[in-house]
Amino acid sequence: MAETITIEVARYRPEQEGEPTLQSYEVPFNKDWVVLDALNYIKDHVDGSLSFRWSCRMGVCGSCGMTVDGEPKLTCATFLSHYHPGPIRVEPLRNFPVVRDLVIEMTDFMEKLQSVKPWIVREDDPAPAEGEFLQTPEQLDQYKQFSMCINCMICYAACPVYGLDPQFVGPAAIALAQRYNLDSRDQGEQERMDVLSQHEGIWGCTFVGECTEVCPKNVDPAGAIQQYKLAATQDWFKSFLMPWSKR
Amino acid sequence: MIDSLSTEMPSHDVLLVGGGGAGLRAAIAVSEVDPDLSVAVVSKVYPMRSHTVSAEGGSAAVIKEGDSLDEHAYDTISGGDWMCDQDAVELFVNEAPREMLQLEHWGCPWSREPDGRVAVRPFGGMKKERTWYAADKTGFHMLHALFQTSLKYRSIARYDEWFVTRLLVEDGRVQGVVAIELMTGRIQAITAKSVILCTGGCGKVFPFTTNANIKNGDGMSLAYRAGVPLKDMEFVQYHPTGLPFTGILITEASRAEGGFLLNKDGYRYLQDYDLGTPQPKPVLRSMELGPRDRLSQAFMKELDKGRTLEGPYGPYVHLDLTHLGRKIIDTKLPFVRELCLKYENIDPVSQLIPVRPVVHYMMGGVHTDIRGATPLDGLFAAGEVACVSINGANRLGSNSLTELLVFGARAGQAAAEHALQDKPLSTGIEAQAADEKKRLEREFLHKTGGTESIADLRREMQATMEKSAGIYRTGALLEEAQASVAELKERFGRVAIQDHSHTFNTELTAALELSYMLDVAEAVVECALHRTESRGAHQRIDFPQRDDERFLAHSLVSHRPGDRPKVEYLPVTITRWPPGERVYGRPATDAPRG
Repeated sequence: MAETITIEVARYRPEQEGEPTLQSYEVPFNKDWVVLDALNYIKDHVDGSLSFRWSCRMGVCGSCGMTVDGEPKLTCATFLSHYHPGPIRVEPLRNFPVVRDLVIEMTDFMEKLQSVKPWIVREDDPAPAEGEFLQTPEQLDQYKQFSMCINCMICYAACPVYGLDPQFVGPAAIALAQRYNLDSRDQGEQERMDVLSQHEGIWGCTFVGECTEVCPKNVDPAGAIQQYKLAATQDWFKSFLMPWSKR
Repeated sequence: MIDSLSTEMPSHDVLLVGGGGAGLRAAIAVSEVDPDLSVAVVSKVYPMRSHTVSAEGGSAAVIKEGDSLDEHAYDTISGGDWMCDQDAVELFVNEAPREMLQLEHWGCPWSREPDGRVAVRPFGGMKKERTWYAADKTGFHMLHALFQTSLKYRSIARYDEWFVTRLLVEDGRVQGVVAIELMTGRIQAITAKSVILCTGGCGKVFPFTTNANIKNGDGMSLAYRAGVPLKDMEFVQYHPTGLPFTGILITEASRAEGGFLLNKDGYRYLQDYDLGTPQPKPVLRSMELGPRDRLSQAFMKELDKGRTLEGPYGPYVHLDLTHLGRKIIDTKLPFVRELCLKYENIDPVSQLIPVRPVVHYMMGGVHTDIRGATPLDGLFAAGEVACVSINGANRLGSNSLTELLVFGARAGQAAAEHALQDKPLSTGIEAQAADEKKRLEREFLHKTGGTESIADLRREMQATMEKSAGIYRTGALLEEAQASVAELKERFGRVAIQDHSHTFNTELTAALELSYMLDVAEAVVECALHRTESRGAHQRIDFPQRDDERFLAHSLVSHRPGDRPKVEYLPVTITRWPPGERVYGRPATDAPRG
């Protein structure tokens, strides 16, 4: 018989049970399979009631983040062979309410994302027909890495501050605010600063950098947060020392 | 709430099914027509998960000196083997630059020239460099720029993770949808004066595809069931370079930057298929920069000759990027390198990439006019779900992202104007919604005793489609497929549902998606069987020639409950480019001059 590997999956069906439980499944061990393939095998052949999100299977849609053996991972980019001979434990991302099985609730992030105004803010509004805003490759490089965020929630699952204080805007939303702050076409930095400074949470970030470490797209949210803190501090000093200056 | 259809029906002016590139562009367009119009984006996934996110290579629009709208139009029309409606293509190329600049103003991080202007790259079937790109994550950046921009419009309401099961049609007008809120299982009617379908394609009808799991032809089936014809469904695009097993796309941009396709002997085999002579540097409209249909067909011919390689997941050839060097790969194709390293354990800087043709795009779709309007009053469609048609028998790479913008915006404007007519809701809508809820309960949620497995039916459907409706087709195999799909539809009536819960029931959605795909499969097979010629991506071994006498016409396939679908034809609109020979890699005799 072909080799198998054990997957221990966190199950939670709120209409049936009050607490999550672990359920073990045996799946074929195929060296080309990722954890997501194993979950799909279970869903298709063993237990159709297992629920999880997935879509692109190429690490760009951000749907399939889960906790794999204690670490937040994109399951489409996490190979079974890495955990051989197993068992492998698959749980929902931490720090979020669980809707069911491996599906977490992320409406909180959606609101936070909107609150930081992740769009180009302009005082003027030139018509597209007037041509593109010029932006050199060097100017693009200023914000490019922050634009790579796929909103997979892995950084929130790893963030100790968000775990303790759900009010914290969090790594991805701050990185995306910074993505626009650093874009040469944008004029909205002050508006975003006003939003971010309304909450203390950001000062709780201790620059341990878990968010940056776990990011599957090599975004550096911890760096964005430090940049923001620096700017906010300067802003504060400026308003204190030079109250006449236009913010 | 869970067990009763809410009597309060949320109401909007314009409702979009789908929140990808076309849907979000349409939503913004509605708000621009009139910020007081209420817009609903109803999507089965969070909008930034939409499949636009996976597009890699770029988005075409004439922007550089030395290029012209006519040349973009000619490339598109000849690329589509003269099946494109030329009035649609003309307005498409004309509106493309404005839309692309608009997206630049909305923050899309386009790759740039040293002087700060937008950069363009070559692309397959395009005679000039006009493909804008954001490295090789163009769709990802376009989608996120559109989504994040959409957040600033207060009139746009979102129904994230709501799965649409039916269009509500009464008095000859569409007036809303019924949808399931996945988190709670609530079945809800949402009414609207205009509805725009923006649900994308249906690659999952086939076993080996670049398409995401969510690409099940939802909108095509919703329209088909509502009596709207689907157009040109036989034209299924195989992209020549997908990774074996996963089907992950390796972008055409890798060939635009100079990649070679090699058979097992290391030979650039495209030279044997009237695609030009090999040169060290990429030549536009030649060899590796030929159109996708011709390249995928060339692979099949190499396979017949025994000149492909054989791996655990079937035959493949090699894509060679090694001569480009690490710097070009890291700056222009970083995602290609990341995908190869992560998913194939191959570094394209020093190793050859195994690739094979993979189902990628549906040229056909819901029949619309150039405003995005379908024949059903109040129903519009845009993006891959729609067929305007600008893509004809074969879409050129980098036209589809632009299509999302141009026709998303047009459909949004037309739907907004339609909504402003302010027709009242018909009285029968509520009863129709209640019937749909009963159907969902009877056929799925409360159903017991089913015997057929969703996964088995899906696998059989996919195998049938690959065998009969793949790159090369025959009447005999298509007739077999016709019977197989009909049988699968019948077996679907006995599908087993183990999960009867309301909370995030993905077995229910998988069953509904399968039922959509079976409709699409039926339409593809029917159209492919009826088109007894070969054109673009539709190649009939038993009818190898293009037949302009009989088939310079769009297929329109209509659903007939309990009977075979009906296929009719609509002449292609020709304005300035009479049908000619498709020529790649050598001078064309009928190409536009000057």
